Amino acid sequence: MLPVVRLLAKRLGTSLIVLVGVSMLIFAIARVIPGDPARIALGPNASAEQVTALREKLHLDRPIVVQYGYFISDLARGDLGVSLYTNRPVTTDIAQFLPATLELIFVSGAMMVLLGLPLGVVSARYRDTWIDNAIRLVTLLGVSAPAFVWAVILMLLFAFFLPIFPIAGRISDTITVVPVTGFLLVDTLLAGNFRAFGNAFWHILLPAFALALSGIGQAARLTRANMVETYERPYIEMAQSYGFPERRIAARYAFRPSMIPSLTIIGLDFAAMLGNAFLVEAVFAWPGLSRYGVAVILRKDLNAIIGTVLVISAMFLIVNVIVDLLIAFINPRIRYSQRAA
Amino acid sequence: MSETTLRIRDLRLGFMGYTGLVEVLHGISLHIRPGERVALVGESGSGKSVTARIVLGLLQSLRSAQISGLVEFEGRDLERLPDHERHALRGTRMSMIFQDPTSSLNPVYPIGTQFQEVLRRGAPGISADEARSLAATALRGVAIPEPERVLESYPFQLSGGMNQRVMIAMALANEPSLLIADEPGTALDVTVQAQTLRLMRELVEKHRTAVLFISHNLGVVREFADRVYVIYKGRIVEQGSASALFAEPRHPYTRALMSAVPRITGGGIPEIEDASADYFAPIEVHEGFAEPAA
Amino acid sequence: MRRTFYILLRNPLSLLGLVLIAAVVLSAILADFVTPFPSHAGAVVDFAHFNQPPGWPYIMGTDLVGRDLFTRIIYAYRISLILGVVVLAIAVPIGVTIGLFAGYLGGWVEYLLMRLTDVFLSIPPLVLAMSMMGVLEPTLTNGMIAVTAMWWPWYTRLVYNLTRSEKEEGYVLAAEVIGASKLHVIFREILPNCVPSILTKMTLDLGFVILIASSLSFLGLGVQPPTPDLGSMVADGAKYLPDSWWLTVFPGLAILVAVFGFNLVGDALREILGADQ
Repeated sequence: MLPVVRLLAKRLGTSLIVLVGVSMLIFAIARVIPGDPARIALGPNASAEQVTALREKLHLDRPIVVQYGYFISDLARGDLGVSLYTNRPVTTDIAQFLPATLELIFVSGAMMVLLGLPLGVVSARYRDTWIDNAIRLVTLLGVSAPAFVWAVILMLLFAFFLPIFPIAGRISDTITVVPVTGFLLVDTLLAGNFRAFGNAFWHILLPAFALALSGIGQAARLTRANMVETYERPYIEMAQSYGFPERRIAARYAFRPSMIPSLTIIGLDFAAMLGNAFLVEAVFAWPGLSRYGVAVILRKDLNAIIGTVLVISAMFLIVNVIVDLLIAFINPRIRYSQRAA
Repeated sequence: MSETTLRIRDLRLGFMGYTGLVEVLHGISLHIRPGERVALVGESGSGKSVTARIVLGLLQSLRSAQISGLVEFEGRDLERLPDHERHALRGTRMSMIFQDPTSSLNPVYPIGTQFQEVLRRGAPGISADEARSLAATALRGVAIPEPERVLESYPFQLSGGMNQRVMIAMALANEPSLLIADEPGTALDVTVQAQTLRLMRELVEKHRTAVLFISHNLGVVREFADRVYVIYKGRIVEQGSASALFAEPRHPYTRALMSAVPRITGGGIPEIEDASADYFAPIEVHEGFAEPAA
Repeated sequence: MRRTFYILLRNPLSLLGLVLIAAVVLSAILADFVTPFPSHAGAVVDFAHFNQPPGWPYIMGTDLVGRDLFTRIIYAYRISLILGVVVLAIAVPIGVTIGLFAGYLGGWVEYLLMRLTDVFLSIPPLVLAMSMMGVLEPTLTNGMIAVTAMWWPWYTRLVYNLTRSEKEEGYVLAAEVIGASKLHVIFREILPNCVPSILTKMTLDLGFVILIASSLSFLGLGVQPPTPDLGSMVADGAKYLPDSWWLTVFPGLAILVAVFGFNLVGDALREILGADQ
């Protein structure tokens, strides 16, 4: 079996175990709250019979282990219960809101990589010059405020005072898009509607940037630190002794080995954006999963909370697996040590 | 066509630190003629490694380094050359091999890719296929039986001795006039080291490459070098032919080196008791081995 | 220790960080004396002066019920710092201990502890804290519990990796050969070598706890009014953009300044102590 496939299988297996653990954790948290979920759901005006009926229906009077069992069997059928907030199956809610969040995160992630990594490389190449110090200062600032602060500041500067960007939403109300994937950027292209694409793109830029700032800062700082360390290695001195052009050394010979320690953390940062998306979605009125998540958390909508957290954690784990694969791809030692085994 | 491949005259090196200027080299002079094998012998900290790096121009980028003196390569004053011309010499007319072969090769690229990059220095437009066949030929020249396999491998998959030979092949691939060897084989075990050195000698004789051989291992120097310079704390203290020096060491420091008890682990100069006043005695030059006049 | 401090003072950036931290901490401790309107930290209303832009005597303006923003920000610092200290005081010992045991003892202990840690780590930090807050009443105490719960795994992972590499070092083997008990080896041999990394992380974390806590309260999951809190101030003010801009900008900048200060010092510490991630 190809070593990479074996690695993938192993990681997926571990992730599955962890995901089960997560489900148990969230389930436990959700069921241990003070108060009666059924009463909360039905409101204070419901009669005692209605509450009892709902309690039975939700298996709330059974031992918690049994409740978990029901939960898992429902999950296996793809049933996450019904949301008390929207009165729809949680799965429907998630299907509607997830793409918006994913789109935001992908664009943010792209910014993180496309802006953060080069900044780090430049910073390392010109280390201890004013360029380096300027980049270091800016990236440290980027990391020092939560995404919502940046969201607010960016909004004030570039949507209000300098009305370059729109203030809220994914796309202008005047435009309708046929939802195919749920990703506006993709759907508009599929429909050939370039004006709509531009509109959607313009709408996503500011929130994605606010979300990405922290990640960009982290990625840049990490890349710089690792590259500075790599520059100390003997093989870089050898490359210099052969007169390889400095730019080539920076972009290839120093960069690739540096990425190995960076990738894990960058993957974590990318996944952390899943959590931070909440903050940006709130400020920019972005109709995504995070906004839905906040709403249901505030309403103690248990099914929806569990469903949302599970989905987000699953995505988190998937990102980690992808990052591990990338690392294996870049670091030949991992690829080959599997084969040797 | 000038007489000497490398000529260093009165080279001084200092580093600006917090406490002021720290002098490392106090006026080194040496020369190497085409095809000659010259060794620079000293303990660690004597200044031999920095000398090598100054010749290649690797040290000059450090802002705290203050360098003065003449470094002349094939008749050209290196310090006066514009940067890009000096840069052009590296890897083409002069090259270097390092102490630990496996860590001197980039771990995430296969040997073939790195070799191609080296060949590109000598022949900028070279195609991937041409480079591959040239590299294979070069590897065969260093007694590597399956060049194709090695070219596709990563450094960590090959033994230290193999990587050392790869490094030698790379260094000689563009037919440089000067090869600088910084403690080659120190990281290898003794038998492999001996093999490698024998190989190196054959190759430099064949290509008529001048060699600046930096070492702290007297046994190896004796085998390999024609002439020897002994360096102590940034000063040359004795110079002469290898045979004359070993037969008749004159300077007190050289004598201390020769008679020093070797470590159990073998190879290498043990720590010498520091600064006997004798060690600062003026330079001993064996007859006929003085530096050529200006 | 003292040497480290002097080095921190010499570097301009870390000096700036120290100044910022000092400003934040001192003003928080001495809030009663430093702020012009200490009573505004509580449930005071002054509709005669509500919603005023920055000026005199309200140097950062007033909020919608007339309270001085500057005062409330300083008091909010107090709450944030207390939160940070408490969270770290609990999370660090727990996380470090688990990491030490998992790294040193190996076997099924390691497997179990690290899988447990993984479970906590695989939920994005904010999400975990949020969901806990969602099911608990939003008070300061519960906020502390939630943030602590999400924080300890990071120390576990840090110490776990350190322990695994230190395990093979000479001094550990020496202690084992002499017959030192496992507890001794863990706490008196390995732990002291982890301290620089832990300390660096703690400095950085003080800033990050403030960041996370403000994020939670921004979403309405933190302390409740009238207690002043930076995150909720930003959230409340966000509705009145762009006219009453000071309501969001100043609390937001306050967060930035505090975290920035801790980051500057933490960064410098990391370089000095040579601690890695």
